[in-house]
Amino acid sequence: MGATPVTDGDWKTEVLESDRPVLVDFWAEWCGPCKMVGPIVDEIADENGEKIKVLKLNVDENPGTAREYGIMSIPTLLVFKDGQPDKRIVGAKGKAALLNDLNSYVG
Amino acid sequence: MSGFSGISVPTGPTDGVATDAGSEAEDVLNDQVHEVVIIGSGPAGLTAAIYAARASLQPILIEGVIEGGPTGGQLTLTTDVENFPGFPDGIMGPELIQNMRQQAERFGTRFITEDVVKVNVDQQPATLHTASGKTISTQALIVATGAKPRRLDVPGEDELWGAGVSACATCDGFFFRDKHVIVVGGGDSAMEEATFLTKFASKVTVIHRRDALRASVIMQERAFKNDKIEFVFNAQVTEIKGENGLVSGVALQDTATGETSELAADGLFLAIGHIPNTWLFDGVLETDDEGYLIVDEPSSATNVPGVFACGDVMDHVYRQAITAAGTGCRAAMDAERFLAGGGGQTAVAPEAEPATRSI
Repeated sequence: MGATPVTDGDWKTEVLESDRPVLVDFWAEWCGPCKMVGPIVDEIADENGEKIKVLKLNVDENPGTAREYGIMSIPTLLVFKDGQPDKRIVGAKGKAALLNDLNSYVG
Repeated sequence: MSGFSGISVPTGPTDGVATDAGSEAEDVLNDQVHEVVIIGSGPAGLTAAIYAARASLQPILIEGVIEGGPTGGQLTLTTDVENFPGFPDGIMGPELIQNMRQQAERFGTRFITEDVVKVNVDQQPATLHTASGKTISTQALIVATGAKPRRLDVPGEDELWGAGVSACATCDGFFFRDKHVIVVGGGDSAMEEATFLTKFASKVTVIHRRDALRASVIMQERAFKNDKIEFVFNAQVTEIKGENGLVSGVALQDTATGETSELAADGLFLAIGHIPNTWLFDGVLETDDEGYLIVDEPSSATNVPGVFACGDVMDHVYRQAITAAGTGCRAAMDAERFLAGGGGQTAVAPEAEPATRSI
């Protein structure tokens, strides 16, 4: 399963109007570290699906949303709560470190 | 796995296991004393794996995920590699690494994808502890942990990391379309980053502490010829300034006169060299003044019998993919001789015959 792709088009319904917290992985094909984080985010999605919705946004194909949230470096993970960015995690991290950062959402 | 292509990142210890070892369970990894374990998944570690696997040593390669930099090493952060022999048209860094990994896997290298958190090489066999709590024992250990980018260590750097400050032009250049970015550094990687960034940025300013670049002539010429690249010499960044949470510029100090100035910019890319990843071996393996592991040249033996080092963790002179691969080959052959000699002998005798192993 893993993280579900989200686009500029369904951003509002999938992220802003979600009743659960949403974790979004901003990534691109040409980003090496994104390819390390991607599978970890997929695992987090599979293991914590009830507590948090996990999505991934390809910044190449969806530059508007990336710009709107000031993404200047990838991978960046943003957690949204009630339609607002609640937490920002920049750069590649291991699973344990990520889960630690996400503790208040998935703990 | 997700839709990411390119580098595959196995999610567990049994991923990437050669077919004949496919049923090997995690607890076997724990119990068995292995002949060779390699830490590091860049060109040095993967070349060591290819040679060790072909020598039937059934190597385990631990590919770290975060602590020492990206899995696959620094090459995974580059684009075109034009100087690796055998690829007349160049090859993408991540693809080159992926090819090496497949080659290592083909001969039976088993991969464990996680960070090593603790190593004990004081006794034989050496033991390694991983982030998930695995303990791995081995007779010979090959250290190929590489190096990671150095940071400036100035105010604003941490706060603005990922908000305009980056160490990966190939990752983040995209976000600086029609913007002004700074590249700090004067070596090949600074020139490569600056040249790459001109694909996006309207202007790239290279800031270098000295009055001349360290970069190779071909890289310098390429950068000098590029209209979008400007140079500021004899200057060091003393602060990264931000506005509304994004980089807005830097404070500079002239390294000759001490004069201070400011330069407005939207982004800053660091290319100021690397720090060898040796913290697992602090106080155990000898290092030189700059922190790189010392080996008994021309062998790859460290001061601890059975522990060999290769690649950027022991080389601050050449630091090329091809030299890392070359030393990785040495380390595997040294480990093989160490094991053949009952584990107690010097890796390479001075009178050792030249290698005749077929490729």
